[in-house]
Amino acid sequence: MTQALTNPAGSPEAAPSPRRRWTRFPKDAPRLFLVLAVLLWVLVYRALAPLSEWVVGRLPIAPHTRLSDALRFFLYDTPKVLLLLTGIVMVMGMINSYFTPERTRALLAGKGEGVGNVLAASLGIVTPFCSCSAVPLFIGFVQAGVPLGITFSFLVSAPMVNEVALALLLGMFGWKVAGLYLGLGLSIAIVSGWLLGRFKLEHLLEDWVRDMPRVDAAAGRDAMTLSDRIQAGFASVREIVGKVWPYILVGIAVGAAIHGYVPQDFMASIMGRDAWWSVPAAVLIGVPMYSNAAGIIPIIEALLSKGAALGTVLAFMMSVVALSLPEMIILRKVLKVRLIAVFVGIVAAGIMLVGYVFNAVL
Amino acid sequence: MKDIKVLGSGCSKCKLTLKLIEEVAQQQGVQVKLQKVEELRDIMAYRILSTPGVVVDGKIVHVGSVPSRDLIATWLH
Repeated sequence: MTQALTNPAGSPEAAPSPRRRWTRFPKDAPRLFLVLAVLLWVLVYRALAPLSEWVVGRLPIAPHTRLSDALRFFLYDTPKVLLLLTGIVMVMGMINSYFTPERTRALLAGKGEGVGNVLAASLGIVTPFCSCSAVPLFIGFVQAGVPLGITFSFLVSAPMVNEVALALLLGMFGWKVAGLYLGLGLSIAIVSGWLLGRFKLEHLLEDWVRDMPRVDAAAGRDAMTLSDRIQAGFASVREIVGKVWPYILVGIAVGAAIHGYVPQDFMASIMGRDAWWSVPAAVLIGVPMYSNAAGIIPIIEALLSKGAALGTVLAFMMSVVALSLPEMIILRKVLKVRLIAVFVGIVAAGIMLVGYVFNAVL
Repeated sequence: MKDIKVLGSGCSKCKLTLKLIEEVAQQQGVQVKLQKVEELRDIMAYRILSTPGVVVDGKIVHVGSVPSRDLIATWLH
């Protein structure tokens, strides 16, 4: 990561045009830029509700009809979710720049069970991670002597608790649901990793992985400045928000459209809390599915608004995001089938438990 | 001639990295020997933790993200 952000080329400094000066501002005065950016963000966020009211009020549509409700929902939710997403992704991008995979590995090497699992699950949230890097990361951790269970805690938490999922849950269902998701995702990662560690399954690693030479878990020194981190934040906003905004738009549009048109308790009979089998069914359907959090949120939104129970829906979402067929196929190169089965079994069981607990409590 | 290897098991970011390097090299008129390393064991021999990785003349110059055009240009000189 670090290398990507410095710019050794150094652009020649001729008399800067106004546009040039504007783009240089976050580099020249990073602190001031951050303060102003936060202020602006808060102002815009608070202005959204009255603004969307006002816009809908101006439109030539009778108030309190299905159409005006759907429109208001769309005009308020879309900028709200996009704003939350941009804010969270920007902050996470900056935090990520402190936690390269190399540093995370150095932090985890030599940690014992328990503490190590908690640390690994927490680092899973803040370390930049892409599922295509799961295997190099896995091998790198094992090579540096990070225990298997702790490595698994990281591998579960990294995809499950991600910034897009959190931003969307926060925007659509409020901080309580987002907080619960965060807490439960962490708990599943910690407990399932700890359990896997207890089973002592090191012999189920593929032989060539076990025979790889040990490496030292040293991480290079971190020489990023605040302005580098701001640039890292911009980069992840471009990358993540730039990629997921169409999904979100479609998701909210679908949500708005069905707002008035599908009966409220359509899903309640199949996915309501009275149907005991709905949680395992949701997990069974969700595990082989592969989608990122952004793609799955529209479905979640539709299910919930039509009377599906929150626990069932969250279980579905967690199993889609945390476990997937493509990832298992990649992991098969380093793990024997039995270990993959145990891994999937424990995580799926944890997700189911969370689903039931949610349905029982809420 | 620069010998450049892109390490990665075939994800979209790795493909994009390869394409960008190709483009920048062509733009600048620099001859490169571009190679894709997809076999996991070979990738791991470079001891990287995240992909895509870029190796120029045997030295790892970049890991974990798609490099910018400016950065790629600095490798070619």
